[in-house]
Amino acid sequence: MPRDNPVHGTMTDPILAIRGLEVRFRTSDGELAAVKGIDLDVDAGETVAIVGESGSGKSQTMMSVMGLLAANGEARGSVKYRGQEILGLPSRALNRYRGRKLSMIFQEPMTSLDPLYRIGDQLAEPLMVHGGLGRKAALKRAEELLDLVRIPDPARRLKSFPHELSGGQRQRVMIAMALANSPDVLIADEPTTALDVTVQARILELLGDLQKRLGMAIVFITHDLGIVRRFADRTYVMKSGEVVEHGPTEGLFAAPKHAYTRMLIEAEPSGRKEPVPTGSPMVLEAKNINVSFHLRQGLFGRSAHEIRAVAGVDLAIRRGETVGVVGESGSGKSTLGRAVLRLLPASGLVRYEDRNLMPLDRKAMRPLRKELQLVFQDPFGSLSPRMTAGEIVTEGLLVHEPGLTRGERDRRAAQAFEEVRLDPLSRHRFPHEFSGGQRQRIAIARAMILKPKLVVLDEPTSALDRSVQKGIVELLRDLQQKHGLAYVFISHDLAVVRALSDEIMVMKAGKVVERGSVAAIFEHPREAYTRELMAAAFLDRREQITSC
Amino acid sequence: MLGYTLRRLASAVPTLFIIVTVAFFLVRFAPGGPFDLEQPLAPQVLDNLRRTYNLDQPLHLQYLDYLAKLVRGDLGPSYTALDFTVGEMLRRGLPYSIALGASALTLALVLGVVAGVFAALRQNSTKDYAVMAVATVGVTVPNFVVGPVLQLVFGLMLGLLPLGGWGGGDLAHRVLPTIALALPQMAVIARLTRSSMIEALRADHIRTLRANGLPGRAIIAHALRGALLPVVSYLGPAAAALVTGSVVIEKIFAIPGVGSYFVEGALNRDYTLVMGTVVMLASFVVLFNLIVDLLYAALDPRVRYD
Repeated sequence: MPRDNPVHGTMTDPILAIRGLEVRFRTSDGELAAVKGIDLDVDAGETVAIVGESGSGKSQTMMSVMGLLAANGEARGSVKYRGQEILGLPSRALNRYRGRKLSMIFQEPMTSLDPLYRIGDQLAEPLMVHGGLGRKAALKRAEELLDLVRIPDPARRLKSFPHELSGGQRQRVMIAMALANSPDVLIADEPTTALDVTVQARILELLGDLQKRLGMAIVFITHDLGIVRRFADRTYVMKSGEVVEHGPTEGLFAAPKHAYTRMLIEAEPSGRKEPVPTGSPMVLEAKNINVSFHLRQGLFGRSAHEIRAVAGVDLAIRRGETVGVVGESGSGKSTLGRAVLRLLPASGLVRYEDRNLMPLDRKAMRPLRKELQLVFQDPFGSLSPRMTAGEIVTEGLLVHEPGLTRGERDRRAAQAFEEVRLDPLSRHRFPHEFSGGQRQRIAIARAMILKPKLVVLDEPTSALDRSVQKGIVELLRDLQQKHGLAYVFISHDLAVVRALSDEIMVMKAGKVVERGSVAAIFEHPREAYTRELMAAAFLDRREQITSC
Repeated sequence: MLGYTLRRLASAVPTLFIIVTVAFFLVRFAPGGPFDLEQPLAPQVLDNLRRTYNLDQPLHLQYLDYLAKLVRGDLGPSYTALDFTVGEMLRRGLPYSIALGASALTLALVLGVVAGVFAALRQNSTKDYAVMAVATVGVTVPNFVVGPVLQLVFGLMLGLLPLGGWGGGDLAHRVLPTIALALPQMAVIARLTRSSMIEALRADHIRTLRANGLPGRAIIAHALRGALLPVVSYLGPAAAALVTGSVVIEKIFAIPGVGSYFVEGALNRDYTLVMGTVVMLASFVVLFNLIVDLLYAALDPRVRYD
């Protein structure tokens, strides 16, 4: 895993050799070529990264190696493991390699384990099948494996069910399972994408250590260039089913030959926000915000358990200012964003311009809603699939400007589409006809059409590819500049937060750990937790504040 | 778990109370009465009968009287089968009904699951379509058609099996009514198993098994356990459907179970007999749903009742 790994580059044959691999899917719209004839080698003990954006075919390449393509998929070409052809083997023959010589872990630790079986039984099963161990011996080996992936108290964990483990622990169990029979190649398909950054850092460190101890090769499938740069010996860049460039990682990053590689590297969110004009008026001020959730328990539903999701947090934001709220899942950042908009019950004080919002009920809040908008993370779930994009964008006008005629609304929709740089004619299409980035633009247009003063942006770029993110970040900056918007920008992605924010609040377990200007937080983090977050994010050093 | 069970049993009391109340007044508002015979009885005889059975009292008093007796477990005398209490009649009919229902449920479950898994593993093949076509027929054709057709073919034309009766519960007498009763549920369970099995086979954790090189039987075993969860939760409604289905089937096959009492009781306006059957069936459905929920929790570790 570390870059000084001496193993690769010897003259021995590669352990895994892919030649002319093609993957096609039969769909109702005809044949779809996902992988278009690629060559790829993996040497013993080295770390290879396959980088690309969604739809580039990077996962399908390795899925076809493992014989895991969906039923409508078909792979052609050649995949040789130590000189033996394995592509297209029936699953019985392929099972001599899968789980023994080649193993794989996946992006979704939450769903990749069987929810109905205990961890120990799930780990023991491949050991009993491949290693010929009895149940008792297999469970003992399973315990050793849990210890190997540093799960505390492994004997007890053997008896746990997957839902009793965190995402990071489940991914560790997946790794333990993949390593059970000491494979030569471990394929890791976005193994940390679904995890928090600090958990991600620990899982990657674990993989690096295990590689050193066990000497297997690792194939990393990822969209995260930070991980590639730090861990991979060699890198393949894929785009639309083809390898556009490959070579040693360092050289590839230092002097990318292909335009697409350059674009990927430059797509890391960059640039900074213009500072807030001095004397800019306060838009929203929140003091001592507390939000608690009660878990109902007991015979008469008495509240036995209280979770303080947000505990005594202050927030102040001026016209034209962006406050970035950073934290891992469960830190309370989204809850805080909803609480200041009075979308869930909270205590404390919220002042919007010159009004105290706390005593207002739903009805009294309604006229203010158009000025206080919210944009969500999921561009797929947050748009109704049965309404056209134009109807979605103008729906708020029906409530807030009921006097408008249909024609006026339509004109406003066209304007809003132009504002978020979408083709105004596309407003008659339905959400499924748009890409993820375009949908997020629709969601932003839906907020902008009401001419808000404050927008809470809850992870608006997290579901998007880096190159698409870049466009959204620029759009948000431009809209803010033009309309003097105030943003509360909630994200776990430090690179995006850095590109958009004036002030940053770091949250953990409902509390603010540290707050300060972008420069202060990124250059001189005071708290250990902030430093851990920074280190885990693998930010590009060339992007440091000092160099701008 | 114990607390949950007790709470569920306690919540069954208001449910049963509502069912009893609605049934009581519905039956009473139906035209006619238990003593309306083809040859009308003499007015004095009728008056005597009504007085004997307290039917001369105002309706709300009769209702309260019924409730008071019900709480003590007394379902009252039958109005048409003289000398018998409803309790005695139900006790006599229940073994037949339970035997028929249990064999139908077992048959529906076993064949339904097997057919569903068979179809799911051959998704979109001719065999899959054939199984599902049969299942569709099973759902759509009512059991009062299936029953007589089975009698006609296997009883009359082929002479293989008896036309009706229980004959001491031997296999030959059981076959046709069990099939007729089980068929619609079997079809529903087959369709349900097929779709949940197909979904289960696509799950991420099944992909994990494949990636770890586990053989097909291990994959089917894991997928099936997950796929059975929706089937288990369907067992509650399935049991209720078997109960109502048995009313018809017992009549067609002349089986002396409680189903026939229900039909006769309703036709003869035998108020207490109808009420007794309703109370029994409702209690059974409530109890069976509780068992299903407890079974679900036993199968799925993510579900915890406390």
